[in-house]
Amino acid sequence: MLIKLTGGTVYDPASGVDGVKQDIYIQDGRIIAKPLEGLTVDKVYDLNGKVVMSGAIDMHTHIGGGKGNIARTLLPEDHRQDPVARTDITRSGCGHAMPSSFVTGYRYAEMGYTAGFEPAVLPINARQAHMEMADIPILDKGGYVMLGSDDYLLRMLTAKKDQKAINDYVAWTMQAAKAIGVKVVNPGGINAFKFNQRKLDLDEQNSHYGVTPRDILRVLATAVKEIGVKHPLHVHGCNLGVPGNVQTTLDTIQGIGGLPMHLTHIQFHSYGTEGDFKFSSGAAQIAEAINKNKNISIDVGQILFGQTVTASGDSMRQHCNHKFASPNKWVTMDIECDAGCGVVPFKYKDQNFVNALQWAIGLETFLLVEDPWRIFLTTDHPNGAPFTSYPHLIRLLMDKTFRNDVLATIHPEAQKMTTLASITREYSLQEIAIMTRAGAARLIGLQDRGGLSAGNWADITVYTDNTDRQKMFEKPDYVFKDGQLVVVDGKVVSTKWGTTHVVKPEFDASVESGLQKYFDRFLTMKLGNFKISDDELTEDGRGSITVHPLAN
Amino acid sequence: MIEITEVPSPFCGIGTDDLSIQVDGLTLTVIEHGCAVNTPLFEQAITDTQPRIAGQAVSLEAAIAKAAALLRDTRYPVIGGCATDVNGMRALMALADKSGAVVDNMNFTGARNNFLALQDSGWMNTTLAEVKNRCDFLLVVGTDLEGFAPRFFERYLWNQESMFLADTSQREVIYLGKAPSGDASTSPKGQKAQVFTCAVEALPEVVAVLRALVRGKPIQASTVGGIAISDLQTIVDKFKAAKYSVVTWAAGALAYTQAELTVQTLSEMIKDVNDQNTRCSGLPLAGKEGDQTANQVCGWTTGYPARTRFSSGFPEYDPFLNDSNVLLNNGEADALVWVQAFNTQAVPPKTSLPTIVVARSGMTFATEPDVFIPVGTPGIDHAGHAFRTDNVVAIRLKKLRDSGLPSTADVLNAIERAL
Repeated sequence: MLIKLTGGTVYDPASGVDGVKQDIYIQDGRIIAKPLEGLTVDKVYDLNGKVVMSGAIDMHTHIGGGKGNIARTLLPEDHRQDPVARTDITRSGCGHAMPSSFVTGYRYAEMGYTAGFEPAVLPINARQAHMEMADIPILDKGGYVMLGSDDYLLRMLTAKKDQKAINDYVAWTMQAAKAIGVKVVNPGGINAFKFNQRKLDLDEQNSHYGVTPRDILRVLATAVKEIGVKHPLHVHGCNLGVPGNVQTTLDTIQGIGGLPMHLTHIQFHSYGTEGDFKFSSGAAQIAEAINKNKNISIDVGQILFGQTVTASGDSMRQHCNHKFASPNKWVTMDIECDAGCGVVPFKYKDQNFVNALQWAIGLETFLLVEDPWRIFLTTDHPNGAPFTSYPHLIRLLMDKTFRNDVLATIHPEAQKMTTLASITREYSLQEIAIMTRAGAARLIGLQDRGGLSAGNWADITVYTDNTDRQKMFEKPDYVFKDGQLVVVDGKVVSTKWGTTHVVKPEFDASVESGLQKYFDRFLTMKLGNFKISDDELTEDGRGSITVHPLAN
Repeated sequence: MIEITEVPSPFCGIGTDDLSIQVDGLTLTVIEHGCAVNTPLFEQAITDTQPRIAGQAVSLEAAIAKAAALLRDTRYPVIGGCATDVNGMRALMALADKSGAVVDNMNFTGARNNFLALQDSGWMNTTLAEVKNRCDFLLVVGTDLEGFAPRFFERYLWNQESMFLADTSQREVIYLGKAPSGDASTSPKGQKAQVFTCAVEALPEVVAVLRALVRGKPIQASTVGGIAISDLQTIVDKFKAAKYSVVTWAAGALAYTQAELTVQTLSEMIKDVNDQNTRCSGLPLAGKEGDQTANQVCGWTTGYPARTRFSSGFPEYDPFLNDSNVLLNNGEADALVWVQAFNTQAVPPKTSLPTIVVARSGMTFATEPDVFIPVGTPGIDHAGHAFRTDNVVAIRLKKLRDSGLPSTADVLNAIERAL
């Protein structure tokens, strides 16, 4: 089947194409160069007046794994407000804050997204994460495996194992858990919480291991780089949500010593202590540091007003945040000498000073960071807001008047504490395409995704240009996934199964001798039963694994 | 004859995965690390291999067609049991969605005690490896732990080494409510668990007083449920002295009405202990008859635990109204599908409704169902996945023999396609 998309205005930052009328040809799931004359085009889509981008990629969204399912179980009342009925082609489910797996796939696709990456895959929970993601239709998916509070790594650091040994362990864990990146959450802090520590600063020692978050960040960032994983160490830093944590974040940037590092949901880590309420925006300082340090990338973790649920690996901070739970119910877990989690429902209110300023801090960050290749559009779904709010967020970024209109409605003291009104920047379509497509694919290290040049997989989204950017982005005209038309006019018209993106960094096989002993002595599963085999992802006939190349 | 090692069990709920099993054709013999729960369930022989319609042997295709025909004419079918592996549950959910059925895991009435507490106020829980390495004081509430999981103590408490305890035999164990059925809780050095018994129905009061003592509230009574307040104070003192205490209970063992309030009081008490400068965690016991698996898969595919109906075209959770026994007894349901791939003793509830049974080979019936399709057991006849008691860990089940029996997923997917 040869498909031609003709007359559309293409935004393809991966090829440097910025709003140019171009035809795109699709064959066998991929984009191809203009075919030879005489070849029959089976289907032509006239896209005159339409905007064409590659399928969007959410590089940080909690769509698979235990804490998400705890969040679902915790909130039946939220699901009841958004039931999703079965159709001839789609499964039933629920939506809003933490949608069911099927609805997650449909709603992402209906916004023009074709891939999502779960950023907090606990090694011991990786099976569940992959099984849940296997029930997300249409989307490609992948996961960043969580390290840094696991006792094995902390024991290695205490025992002063060399970097090579740590590299082997990180590479082995990535393969065992089928990951494409490595994440660290509150480095060492989840572990410290199990020893009854309730906070852990960048240079504060774990009471048992004597290791600091700074040590952990350094060895993990080094490992990720040295084993050739393209996605930089994905860091949820210390002191999430704590007023004054902007300094922690700046110190974290300095402390990494130029190594590649991605700071996630940085909005939650950009708080000062100024003003009457001792809570202020650190966005300008953060943006300055990002602009200066080219080794750093960020995603924002924008909050938007309304009910949601926060689901995080950061059991230490989530336990502290439970006093803000709304409704007042919450869960924390210590998990398998591996990590932990905390699930706390939140209702962000525009008339709450702190929430209102959080909203402004996120937007300030978006608008003050100059390089769209190093900043990514996220709400840390569902923690800042459900992913379904992305079109609204895009409008806030692209439409200064709209932004200022909303700003005028939030808590008046928060309005005084933000520079947002004075920022005139409006994101361009090309910048949105960078943040949500080309930049994300590059950051994750995806080959043949996130672009529209020949050879790429045909993940393509077509919008009708509209000055109301929310309307434009919430209802694409067409979405193609691997060349298959899956969405028309913002509704799923067919479904398919995406692939699971992984990398397979090499390790010295001898790493297993130490691990085997550790598993037998201290864990509850045999080493051989811990490792996830390829067939676990593919045996149901729906899943597939795509291995991406390592950095040279 | 071959020997397969490191075999994980889907039966005991605590994820034992060190069994050695000898396979001789279709005959399995547990030769190492068996227990009273696992060994019989692994070793049980295959009897039926052929589906039946009204007691008459038929082909698998005919049985599937008949099952689909029965379901096609229904308005409110119930899918009970729901005891299978992850892929079986996925297929079950797809079938329920398509047929507008009620999904109800057979252990849900017990599990409801936990879900209601979780959905009202939440909890702070832990997992088995944390218990193994950190727990210095274990409180067992209302449950015969070794009866539930015979190898719990050997694997997770009296393990020779732990990362954070110099001597695991120094761990302390107290039973509250129910006494243990054996000596598994006695430490390797001979230290017996303390036992404070009461009638199971007295647990709500006892647990309420225990929480009050944790919070430092004055108590006027000298006993509660027959237990001396001073004994409860002993427990409180141990919570405060411990670095990482663990409270465990089996929701199904709290067999009295409104037991969810007991679970809630325990869970809130655990939160209270964590506000008193030490750590404490809950460990709900489950993982049998596929209950955690059913709740997890139903959870991610619908948002709700496994007592959910699809009769409106979308999932609706109700932990009381969707009780399959209630629906059958009240004449609300019009067909029963019973899915039980693990346990031949867990037979379908008595009903005169059209009944389709998809169950482990060897299940026998007082009344022959309309359709019986014997299936393989996950972890014996085919590979699969099952969730352990602590809910975080999914174990990878192995295929041990080539019985030719279809999996639950094979059968339910085929019925769904034939609808």
